[in-house]
Amino acid sequence: MAHFTKATSVKDWLNQRLAIDTVEKVMASEYWIPKNINFLWAMGMILAVTFGLLTISGIFLLMYYQPSVDTAFYSVNYTIMREVDFGWLWRHVHGVAASVVFLIIYIHMFTGIYYGSYKKGREMIWISGMLLFVTFSAEAFSGYMLPWGQMSYWAGMVITNIFSLGSLHLDGLVEWIRGDYVPAQAFLNRFFMLHVFLLPLAIMGLIGLHFAALRIPHVNNQDGEEIDFDAEAKKYLEGNTKESKVMRFANDFLSKDLMVVGVFLIFFFYLVFWHYGFALDPVNFDPADGLKTPAHIYPEWYFLWSYEILRPFPVDIGLVAFGFAQVIYMLLPWLDRSPNTIPANRRGLFGIWFWVLLVDMVVLTAMGKLPPEGIFSTIGLVASLLFIAMWIILPFITMNEKKV
Amino acid sequence: MKNNSRRGFMGKAFGAVAGLGAIGSLVAMKKSWDPLPSVKAAGFTTLDMSTFPEGEMVTEKWRGKPIFVLKKTAEMVAKEKSDPAAQARNIKVGNDNYMVCIGLCTHLGCIPAFRKDTADFLCACHGGMFNASGDVTKAPPPRGFDIPPFRIDGNKMVLGEVGPEYQAMKDNGVTL
Amino acid sequence: MKELKILAVVVFFTLLTYVLVEPYAHGQMHKHVDSESFTYNDLPAITKTGDATRGQELIMGAGCAGCHSIDVAGMPAPMDPVMAAQSYGVNPPDLSNAGAVYDAKFLADLIKNPAHALKVEHKFDANSGKMHPMVPFYGMGGDIDQEVSDIVAYLQSIAVKTEDVTPAMAFENACGRCHAVGYENWTQIGTKPTFKYEKDSLAFDIKVLEYQDSLKAYMGKLPPDLSMYIRSRGEHFISTFMENPQNHLAGTAMPRVGVNADSAEKVIEYLKDAGDTKRHEREEIGMNVMIFSIIFAIFALLWKKQVWRELH
Repeated sequence: MAHFTKATSVKDWLNQRLAIDTVEKVMASEYWIPKNINFLWAMGMILAVTFGLLTISGIFLLMYYQPSVDTAFYSVNYTIMREVDFGWLWRHVHGVAASVVFLIIYIHMFTGIYYGSYKKGREMIWISGMLLFVTFSAEAFSGYMLPWGQMSYWAGMVITNIFSLGSLHLDGLVEWIRGDYVPAQAFLNRFFMLHVFLLPLAIMGLIGLHFAALRIPHVNNQDGEEIDFDAEAKKYLEGNTKESKVMRFANDFLSKDLMVVGVFLIFFFYLVFWHYGFALDPVNFDPADGLKTPAHIYPEWYFLWSYEILRPFPVDIGLVAFGFAQVIYMLLPWLDRSPNTIPANRRGLFGIWFWVLLVDMVVLTAMGKLPPEGIFSTIGLVASLLFIAMWIILPFITMNEKKV
Repeated sequence: MKNNSRRGFMGKAFGAVAGLGAIGSLVAMKKSWDPLPSVKAAGFTTLDMSTFPEGEMVTEKWRGKPIFVLKKTAEMVAKEKSDPAAQARNIKVGNDNYMVCIGLCTHLGCIPAFRKDTADFLCACHGGMFNASGDVTKAPPPRGFDIPPFRIDGNKMVLGEVGPEYQAMKDNGVTL
Repeated sequence: MKELKILAVVVFFTLLTYVLVEPYAHGQMHKHVDSESFTYNDLPAITKTGDATRGQELIMGAGCAGCHSIDVAGMPAPMDPVMAAQSYGVNPPDLSNAGAVYDAKFLADLIKNPAHALKVEHKFDANSGKMHPMVPFYGMGGDIDQEVSDIVAYLQSIAVKTEDVTPAMAFENACGRCHAVGYENWTQIGTKPTFKYEKDSLAFDIKVLEYQDSLKAYMGKLPPDLSMYIRSRGEHFISTFMENPQNHLAGTAMPRVGVNADSAEKVIEYLKDAGDTKRHEREEIGMNVMIFSIIFAIFALLWKKQVWRELH
C-alpha cells in the first residue's frame, strides 16, 4: 500500500491521489511552446472548438432525429427546424461546422507541410493527424446520409458503389456494406450508428494520440529552429520571460489561441446565421427518391479534389488513382528525403512544389464541382495527372536538398 | 517559480464574457429540451357532451391518459342527493349531470374496471373500489378519482383548460 | 507585418476556392433566367373599361358557374373536388378572389383562350384534338373584348382588396389545387382537419389520393409537394418559374399561373413560412450572437495583450 498522509487541503488530498499539480505542469503551465509562431499555430485549438460545437449541436439533434427512411427527412426539416425551440440553430451550427472544420483541417495540414512539422520525430503527429482526416471524412459522409435527402441517397449509392472495385465486380461486398441491394433502412441505421457512436469514439481516441504524439517532440516554430526546451524553460522560470524563446501553454499560448478563436467565431456565426447555402446544399432539401437521380450531383466541397481524380480515367485506372490520392499524403514523411525541418520558402524546389500542389488542389476542387464537360474535363485530367506526378517526383526533388 | 501568467483583471473579465456566452447557450439548450408545440397542443381534448348515452361509462383520452365519462341516470342523481361529497364532484353540462374523471386509480395508477350491474369501479391491481360518483369506497386508494382541468363551452367540454367549475373543485379540495 | 501577409494568403485561397465551387459552378450548372416583374409582355393590354354589373350578367349567362364556384356571390361548386378532378383533371378554382390574385391581362386572355394564357398550347391544341378542360368564352354577341373586360371588372369588384390578400390566399388560389404543402397541412382538396376518429382521417386521406390520381393522369406526373421548395429551389427560381415555367422546364405541363406581382410575393412568403419558418428568429438572434462574438473577440484580445506584456 502506497504511503498517504493526512491531507492539509482539498488540493493536497487530490494531489496525493491524482497528482493534479504534476498533470497541470505537464499539460499546461510547464508545457513549453516556442514563441516564434504565428496565428496558423492556433488552428489546432480552432479544430478542438469546432469539434466541440459539432458534439454539442449533435447532442440536441440526436434528441429529435429519427433514423427511419420514412421519418428522417421530416424529423430534421419539420420537427427540428420548425418545432424544436432553437432546433434550427443546432442544425445550422452542425451543418456549417461540419463544412468549416474541413477548411481548418486543410489549413492545419498545409501549415504542417509548409513548415516541415511532419519530419524528424514528428512523424506520429502527422500519421495520427492524417488518420483524423480519414475518420473525420467518414464521419462527415455518414452524417450526410442522415437527413435522407436526394443528395444523401445518391451520395450513398455512388460512394458504396466504389467498393465494387470496377472490373472486380464485388457486388456482394457492396450489398453487404449497405445491408440491402440499395441504400435503404439497413444502410441508414448502420451509418447512424457509425456517425453517432463508433466514429466519434475513434476520433476522440485519435485526438488523444495526436496530442500525445505532440508532447515529446514539442510544437514546431516558424524558422524550424531546434530549441533546447530545457534551457529556455529554465530562463523563463528564473524570471527571464522576455528573453526566453519559449512560453507556457497556459496561459501564454492559450491567450493567443483564444484570441484567434474569437475572430474565428465571428466568421463562423456569420455563416451560421446568414450564409449557409454552401454547407446546407439545396439539393438535399428534396426527400430521397430512389427512382430519380438529381440533374447535378456532387459531394461536399472538401471531397471534390479526390472525387475529381476519380473522374477523368476509365473506371479501373480511376479507382487506382483515387486510392492513391487517399493514401499518398500519409506517406509524406518518407517521400520527403530532405533532412531539413525549415519553412518551404527556404527549401528551393520543395517551396515551388508546395505552391504548385496547393494550386493544383484548388483546381481539382473547382473541377470536381463543375460539370465534367468540355474544357472543364480537360483541365481536370491535367490537374489529376499533375497531382500524381507531383508525388512521384517529391523524393527526387528533395533527396538532393543540402542540409542547412 | 510560481506561474507568473496571472489571470489578472482582463483574464477575469474575459472569463466573465465567456461565461455569459455559456449561460446563453445553456438557456437555448434548456429550451430545446422543452415539450414540442405539437405535444402541448395535443394537451387539449374537446368532448362533445351530446354524444354520451345515459348510464354508460365511456372512456375518452386526454394527454395519453384514459378519461371516464359517465352521464348519470335520474336514479343515480337521486341517490346522490343525500351525499354531499358526491354532489361536490358532480359536473353539470346544460341539464345533464356527469361524472368526468381521470380513469387512473389514485393508489398506483392502474385503470379500474367499471362494473355495470353494481355501477361501481373495481381496480384489479390491489382491490381498490370507487362508486359511480368517483369517490373511493374501499382501500388502498387514498382519495377519489382525480378530475382533469376542464372548461364547459356550451354543449362541449374542453379538457386541459381551466374553467370556473374546475377551479372551484380545486379550491374546495375535491380534486388535486 | 508577416502575420498579415500569411492571413492574406489564407484568405485568398479560401475565397478563390469558395467562388469557384459556389457562385461560379452553380452559375455553370443552372442558367440564369431574368424576371419580367410579372408584366406579361406577351399579352395584349386591356383597352376597354370594364363594367362590373354587365360582367356579372355575362358570367351568369356564359355558364361559368357550371364549373366554377363563386363563394362570395353565393354560388356553390357544382361538384366536390374529387369528382371535379375526375371530370376535368383538376378542381376548377373558386373565383371569389381571382380578381385580386391574378393579373388583369392574364384573366382577359385566359377567358378567351385558356391554353394560350396558361402557356400549355404544346399540350392542348385544337389541331391535335386535345382540348383544354376549360371551355373558352366565345362571346355573348357583343364586342368580345368589351365583354371580357366587363367580366374581369366584375371579378375584381367582388375580390378582397390587394392589401387583404394573405399569403395563404394567394398560394391556395394560384397553386393549391395541384400542389400539396404537407408541412402546412395543406392538401389539394383543402387543409386537412383534425379528426377524432382514425377512420375519418383515413377516409380523408383516401379522398386526397383519389384526387391525386386524377391529377397525375391529367398532368403526366403528380405535381410535387412544395413544403421545402423555398430551400431546395430558392426565391428567384420559384418567382421566375411562376412567371413562366417554360423558361426553366421547356415542355412542362405546369401552366403559367398568371399571378400579379403582389400575389407572387405573397406566394413566396407562404412558401417561406412553410420551409424557412424561423427566419425572423434566426435574423434576430443572429444579430445578438454577432455582437456577442465581437465583444468576446475584443476581450480575448485584451487578455492576450495583458498576458503577453511579460513575454515580448
